[in-house]
Amino acid sequence: MTSNPGGTWPHAPGFIEGDRPRIVTSRFEYEDSYTLQRYLATDGYSGLRAALGRPATEVHDEVKNATVLGRGGAGFPAGNKWGLTPQGVWPRYLVVNGDESEPGTYKDRLLMERDPHQLIEGCLIACYAAGLSQCFLYVRGEMALAQERIATALNEAYAAGYVGKNILGSKFSVDIVLHWGAGAYVVGEETALIESLEGNRGMPRLKPPYFPAAIGLYGQPTIVNNVETLANLPWLLRNGAEAYTAIGTATSPGTRMVAVSGHVKRPGVYEIINGITTFRDLLYGEEFCQGIRNGNELKAFVPGGGSAPWFTPDQLDLPFEASQVGPAGSMLGSGAIMVMDSTTDIPRAALTLTRFYAHESCGKCTPCREGGTWLERILSRVVDGKGTDADLDQMFEVGESICPGAFPHASNEKLGITAVPFPYRMNTICFVGPSAYAPVHSALTLFREEFEARVTKRTLIPVTAVAQ
Amino acid sequence: MARLTEENVRLAREIIGRYPKPRSATIPLLHLAQEQDGHITNDAMAHIGELVGATSAEVYGTASFYEMFKFEPVGKYLINICGTMSCALMGGEELMHHAESRLGIHMGGTTSDGLFTLEKAECQAACTEAPCLQVNYRYRYRVTSENFDTLIDQLQAGELNSEIPAHGTVASVRQHIPADRGVGAVAPEDVTEGPAWLDGKAAL
Repeated sequence: MTSNPGGTWPHAPGFIEGDRPRIVTSRFEYEDSYTLQRYLATDGYSGLRAALGRPATEVHDEVKNATVLGRGGAGFPAGNKWGLTPQGVWPRYLVVNGDESEPGTYKDRLLMERDPHQLIEGCLIACYAAGLSQCFLYVRGEMALAQERIATALNEAYAAGYVGKNILGSKFSVDIVLHWGAGAYVVGEETALIESLEGNRGMPRLKPPYFPAAIGLYGQPTIVNNVETLANLPWLLRNGAEAYTAIGTATSPGTRMVAVSGHVKRPGVYEIINGITTFRDLLYGEEFCQGIRNGNELKAFVPGGGSAPWFTPDQLDLPFEASQVGPAGSMLGSGAIMVMDSTTDIPRAALTLTRFYAHESCGKCTPCREGGTWLERILSRVVDGKGTDADLDQMFEVGESICPGAFPHASNEKLGITAVPFPYRMNTICFVGPSAYAPVHSALTLFREEFEARVTKRTLIPVTAVAQ
Repeated sequence: MARLTEENVRLAREIIGRYPKPRSATIPLLHLAQEQDGHITNDAMAHIGELVGATSAEVYGTASFYEMFKFEPVGKYLINICGTMSCALMGGEELMHHAESRLGIHMGGTTSDGLFTLEKAECQAACTEAPCLQVNYRYRYRVTSENFDTLIDQLQAGELNSEIPAHGTVASVRQHIPADRGVGAVAPEDVTEGPAWLDGKAAL
């Protein structure tokens, strides 16, 4: 890899050896996986050819039948999302969300860097099936290599007749425009992404409408799909919905990419079987992370990106299945698992996340702009040993103003607490605000003693004493 | 300092032509300006406004939202060290301290020779390779103090010039849509019908 000259610094393989289903990472083992030559030698663009040989509605039905869950975070089925566009309103656009920046998430970048043609083919299939007349591929600003690989791939694909006018000699024509951002986490929210693509500050739009499929780019129906979601389509069109749903479970078919980082022996990006693989398999399995570093005990882990409430070893046997993880108090989100071993300073770990969200607040909603900053400041003070016990309850109070009511958390046998299911209610128009609270809430709920050991206990003076 | 050069205006027009509305090209053109000058100047913003049909204040309004745009010169090499959870768990904060002492500047500062600017960055999507950093958006993985020192030595000696362009250039490859292959962008209000391939029949 050009970014790792001489291989001096090791890098996640991104695929697992052995006989396992590989839907999106099948080319990762090749050094030249990103070239058109390699792509064509490994079934490349045959999914597109299969799609164009059928009427668009049939292709749309194939994707619907496969229940391809959105891999960006919300897990909404892509086929259904495409169906939300209003009848008879044209043009419709496709915006690809390659603004991967959720803490812990590392998969879309690999897909863009190592197999850009697969993504391009996925975009083409989506445009064909849903009648989308132009595609904008929005890549995160900081990902220079991904931008270069996609630009090269697009140039190759245009020259070879796979993108642009009369694709493969058919009546299907669509342009794909590479666009990159300039550094703002909130732009990963789909309406903020659209604002940014219109040349504005990347602030989320007021809802409703809840989906840009109704009103999106330039006020037109717009489908926003995640990179990994689209990368599934070439395989799906080559092999059919039946083969796709034969992998995984009925409600979570196929595979998904997960990144496991933190205190495991072998951190990495792995393509796992949806709905079946458990967190225990992933963290301790020989083919995956091989256990906790230095033989330490597992203390806690974040199961689905920095925004997700935390789990402890009690939840290790849950599979990657939203219908089980949700009631257990968290979410699968963007497939990012961050692992903390017994040596972890929990308040400090929580601060690294809360600081991120406070910093990335776009400032539109007061509860997030002010609340996030308050949480960061209070938590900072506690971490520095300058807090008091009143600060701990104050953090819950601030959180309550961002997310009113019970906030989701996991059950814990030792503490004798039962789970509060996901999701939460929120006073903000996007998830940045609640995400600043999630790590604070989880850490305080599950590891309160670590905070108490850090703060000064105040002696409260009774009001009557002051009055005298 | 510095409106876009003639060559960049040509590129700018090509970029603008890809979008149904010119304003969408604002961020790509800001990148182009930063590539030209190393940072964003007032003249460039005014010029971009003329090209996309916005006031310079509107262009600044957009530009100032995004962290990658710098309004004052930064070092030739912008070093972003990640401070979010996965990196912090694996020694990211210690790496920042080491970087500060090696370069003799604080986070946000630039060395007096104008070669390096240090910044604390948020998650860079290399979490399994923690702690990580970027030099002008080129990754370095599992960086130890020794790795960092070697990197600085190499940058100072100019050994990485071919891999890492000076600050301002992000991707060094551009998309180019050949005139005879592109469909061309159409303003949304000029589109009244659905696409031709939605006629109930296979396209091929």
